[in-house]
Amino acid sequence: MPSRAGARQGSNLAAYVVLGVGGFMMVFPFLYQLSASFMTNAEVQSIPKQLLPGDLRWDNYVNGISSFPFWDQLRNTAVFSVIRTASQVLFCSMAGYAFARMRFPLKNVTFALLLSILMIPGELLLISQYQIVQNLGWLNSMAGLVAPGLVSLFGTFMMRQFFLGLPKELEEAGRIDGAGPATIFFRIMLPLALPGVSALAVITFIDSWGAFLWPLIVASRSEDMTLAVGIASFTGEHQTFYPQIMAVSLLIMLPMIVLFIALQRRVISGLAFAGMKG
Amino acid sequence: MTVSTADRARSAAPARPTATTRRRRNRYDGVTPWVFVAPTLAGVGLFYVWPTFQSFYFSFTEWGAFGGTTWIGTANYTRLFADPELLVALGNTVLYAVVALAGIPLAVWLAGLLNRPGLRFRSLFRVLFFLPVVTVPAAVSVVWKLLYNGDYGMINYALSIVGIDGPYWLQTPVVAVVAVGIVGIWTSLGFNMIILGAGLQAIPDDLYEAAELDGASRFQQLVHVTVPLLTPSIFFLTVMSAIGAFKVFDLIFLMIGNTSPVIKQTQTLVFFFYSKGFMVNDKGYAAAIGIVLLLIIAAVTFVQFRLQRRWVHYA
Repeated sequence: MPSRAGARQGSNLAAYVVLGVGGFMMVFPFLYQLSASFMTNAEVQSIPKQLLPGDLRWDNYVNGISSFPFWDQLRNTAVFSVIRTASQVLFCSMAGYAFARMRFPLKNVTFALLLSILMIPGELLLISQYQIVQNLGWLNSMAGLVAPGLVSLFGTFMMRQFFLGLPKELEEAGRIDGAGPATIFFRIMLPLALPGVSALAVITFIDSWGAFLWPLIVASRSEDMTLAVGIASFTGEHQTFYPQIMAVSLLIMLPMIVLFIALQRRVISGLAFAGMKG
Repeated sequence: MTVSTADRARSAAPARPTATTRRRRNRYDGVTPWVFVAPTLAGVGLFYVWPTFQSFYFSFTEWGAFGGTTWIGTANYTRLFADPELLVALGNTVLYAVVALAGIPLAVWLAGLLNRPGLRFRSLFRVLFFLPVVTVPAAVSVVWKLLYNGDYGMINYALSIVGIDGPYWLQTPVVAVVAVGIVGIWTSLGFNMIILGAGLQAIPDDLYEAAELDGASRFQQLVHVTVPLLTPSIFFLTVMSAIGAFKVFDLIFLMIGNTSPVIKQTQTLVFFFYSKGFMVNDKGYAAAIGIVLLLIIAAVTFVQFRLQRRWVHYA
């Protein structure tokens, strides 16, 4: 169909223009943030606007980092994200596997209960979760930060859907060979579920790195905060010193941007998968 | 592997008597499944199920200054329904949701462009549109605050070039909620485009060929083939965006701020909840706000599922 291909080719020009302009608008805030992070405060506030800094002022980064407990918060954020991700990947795939493939009393009732809780907005539960963490003496601690996020209903649901889609043959072959349930799960099924697992891991990691409301509530001392909360209080204290704020907030996003560009296909297909199945 | 032996015996060997007795005992997989689900059930029980019930209880209590709660019946609810702040917060939340939902047709259009056959640089475009999805809300909202600044922000500067005097975006009620909603679109557009792209790729090519043979124009193909077959994805996004919009908090907190003079006029339901529960420690009242939020989200989702029969086509 040469004519059809030709017609598409012609109108694709419009698509390039729209996607190009739109794509530029999507990344413009990042580019401006990068540029402003090297400016003086006067340059940021100048009218007419200047798009590029006069000099590259690296000291905005140095001074920004040293004016709040950046390294403590970076460590907190990394530990928080890694623990949550590892824990959710393990527990969600175990529970998801059991709900998909094992038989136990009240299985369907239990699963239906989990699904109905998934509908409840998490915000409603904050006061009570805060109480529990407070009673456990875990405020301002990593234990308190990670506790509610060690398991995930969404993740369990997603992994269940994933295991339901896997073939049963290898599992049965494992049984015939005399493998126990733990061996079958860790040696056979989990490796098969790797695309689902990595999707869940990427989603959980990104979500944890940017998590805001729960860390805001649990951690009140700045050395116990995560970066997402830290930047908000930093911004509050240094209301108008924009270059440093831009520098620090770019540094906070840098690991996510690098991770995303490196794992682009996996992140996108993982989120699409989670979106369709979740 | 006694379990699986019995399991196979059920279908393969009804003859062996031992298998029959074992089959009865092993209708279930024993304790193993419980080991697999125990961590999740424990976590969910402690941090989700119990708090759900407790939140209902809290909503009927008054919080003492030194902890401890007093049962006050429905007083929190009567107070809440008489509170003008509730209507303002609800109105802002609905406005935010409307802006968020307006991003969906935009995503449909862009996803359509991105999925044209023969389009080059597709993965580059995908990265550009997707980048805002993976970033940290707390870190991107600072640059948006700067872009929206009324005196030296980029947006008002651009408007001034074409002779428009832009408002103080984040300090003007109503305008501020719309401004934050635009950032909400910016952060979710890429995700929506990916979901819609997956839906578009599932539409078989021969449907377009058949439509073309029937003499359908590109626009008619869009209206009669693409959009109807895309409605399940659009429906999914509508439900997710509406739920997300009703829960919006961080962008409002970060961009408008709890110290802003207009926060009372620009707050959303979750911000209202947060301010009562964690800023003034009126936790019983906050719990009642939470319950009302739950009921609103449930109602909106229910209505959407009821309406889906009218417009969603499943293949």
